[in-house]
Amino acid sequence: MKIAVCIKRVPDSETRVKIASDGKSLDEAGVKFILNPYDEFAVEEALRRKEQAGAGEVVIVSVGPAAAQETIRTALAMGADRGVLLQTDTIPADGLEIARALAAEVRDSGYDLILFGKMAIDDYNHQVGPMVAELLDLPCVTAIAHLEIGGGKGTAEREIEGGVEIVDFPLPAVLTAEKGLNEPRYPALKGIMAAKKKPLEVKPASLGAGGLEVLALTPPPQRKEGRVVGEGPAAVLELLRLLREEAKVL
Amino acid sequence: MSKVLAVLEQREGALRKVSSEVVTGARRLADGLAGRVDALVLAAGSVQGIDQLGGFGADTVLTLTNDAFGRDAPEACTRVIADRAKAGGYRAVVFAASATGRDLAPRVAARLGVALAQDVTDVAVEGGAVTVIHPVYAGKALLKLKLTATPAIVSLRPNVFTPVQRPKAGSAETVAVPAPTGRVVVTAIKPATAGTLDVAEAPIVISGGRGLKEPANFKVLEELAAAFGGRAAVGASRAVVDAGWRPHADQVGQTGKTVSPTLYIAVGISGAIQHLAGMRTSKVIVAINKDKDAPIFKVADYGVVGDLFEVVPRLTEEIRKLHG
Repeated sequence: MKIAVCIKRVPDSETRVKIASDGKSLDEAGVKFILNPYDEFAVEEALRRKEQAGAGEVVIVSVGPAAAQETIRTALAMGADRGVLLQTDTIPADGLEIARALAAEVRDSGYDLILFGKMAIDDYNHQVGPMVAELLDLPCVTAIAHLEIGGGKGTAEREIEGGVEIVDFPLPAVLTAEKGLNEPRYPALKGIMAAKKKPLEVKPASLGAGGLEVLALTPPPQRKEGRVVGEGPAAVLELLRLLREEAKVL
Repeated sequence: MSKVLAVLEQREGALRKVSSEVVTGARRLADGLAGRVDALVLAAGSVQGIDQLGGFGADTVLTLTNDAFGRDAPEACTRVIADRAKAGGYRAVVFAASATGRDLAPRVAARLGVALAQDVTDVAVEGGAVTVIHPVYAGKALLKLKLTATPAIVSLRPNVFTPVQRPKAGSAETVAVPAPTGRVVVTAIKPATAGTLDVAEAPIVISGGRGLKEPANFKVLEELAAAFGGRAAVGASRAVVDAGWRPHADQVGQTGKTVSPTLYIAVGISGAIQHLAGMRTSKVIVAINKDKDAPIFKVADYGVVGDLFEVVPRLTEEIRKLHG
C-alpha cells in the first residue's frame, strides 16, 4: 500500500489574528504554526492502512515555506516514511495552483491512495483534494468520517446534511478526511528521534499566480456590545420579549 | 449578455432550501453584470419547488434528469455542470457551500481550469469583475478576493444569502440527459439519528458545552430544540465532542462547522476563541451561563446568567406556549 498524504502548515487554532501592514495577509510575528488538524487525520489513516496491509510506504507532500519542513517532520515522527516539500515563500490564494503543483508531484508515482484533510483551518478553502483528483482523473470522496479498504476497492462514510452517505470507490483514489475518521497518535520520543533521519526532499514549487487576487484582509465587523438581560429563570420572559420585539427573530 | 449559472440542489425530488439562496446570490451577480440567471437542477425526475425559483430571480430553470442523479453522483454531475458552463459561455457559476456543493465546485473548477472562491459570505461585481468575501481563520478575518478567470466559480455559505423576492419569468424546461458512469457510487444514505436538520443549515441552533455536565443532560437542549417545531438543531462545543458526548457532525467552531443561524443559543459554553469563530456570524446570539465573566457574554446580544438546568426548561416552556 503506497500512500501520499498532502499536508499544510497552518497557524494554530488559538491564534489571535493580526493583520500585516500590507492589509492583505496575516502578521505572522509570534504565531505558532502546526500541522493542519484535518491533515493529522489523513496522516493517521495512512499509517493505519499501511500497518493493515503489512507493507508499503507513506509519503508526506507539502507546498509551503522552508519552515514547513518542521511540519513534515511532525508527520514523519508519527510514523510516515519520507517527505517532499515543494518550497515557496508565497502561497497563492487560488487552490487550483496548489492542486496543480501537488498533482504534478504525485502523478505516475504508483500511489494507491492520495489523502488530504478536508480543509485547511487557515484558508478554509475545502478544495485542493478534489481538484487534484480531477486533474489526475482519479475517483474521489471528500470529508470521509469512516473508511474500509480491501481487494482493490474501498467504502467510505461521508456526512451530508442530516445523514451519512455510504460510498463505494475503486483504488487508486483521492480521499479527504473529516474529523472523527480516527484518533491521531501523538509522536513518541522514539518517533521524533527517528524522524530527524528520515529522507526529506526539498525542491522549488512551480506555482502560477492563479485566478484569485487578494484585495484585502480585514477584521470581521465587531458585534455590537450585548447585554445581560437578567439572572436565572426569572429573566426568561424579558429575554423572549427582546427576541420578539427588538431582535424580531421569534 | 453576461449569464450566471446557478447550480441548485435537490434531495429526493424536493428542492433544498439553499437553492433559493443560490438563486439570490446568482441574481446579485447577474444584476451587477446586467445579465441573466439560468438555474440548473440535476435530478432523477421532476423536482418540487422549481416554480418558486422565478420569484427569487431565475430567468430560466433547466432540470436535467437521469436516474444517476437520484443520489450524489459527483463524477457525472461534474461533467454535466462543467459542459453546461462551458457551452453556455457563462460569466459566473454559483454553487451552495453545502456537503454536495463544496464537493462539486472544486471538481468543476479544476475541470474548467479556473479558480474557485469557496464558502463566501458576500458577492459583488466591481469594475466588471466578480469580487467575494471569504471568511478565513474560521471567521477571525475576512478575505476580499477578485476572481480574474472566466467563469468565476463561487460557492455560497448556507443561511447567509437571505432569499429576496425578485420576480423573473422563470421559464422552466426539463430534459433527460445521458450521464457518464461514475466510479464513485453512493450505495446508501443513513439518516442522522439526531433528526434531519444540520447545524450548518438550521435557522436556530442551540449549542451545549461542558456546562451540561454529562451527555444525558443534552436532553434539556433537545427538548428546547423540539419546542421550536423542527426549526432548531442542537450543536456542541469542541470540548464535549472531544469528550465523546456528541457526534462530530454537531460541532460548532474552527475545527467543526461554521454556522450563521438567525438565532444561536449558547448554553453552558464559556466561549473559547475557536468556538466563537464558528458562530460569530449568527444574526442574534443568546448566552446562558452561570459564570457572569464567561467570554461568551462579550459576543452575545442577550445574556442570561444562571443555572442552565433552571433557565433552559423555563425557556422551553415559554417557547412551547408561543408555538402551542
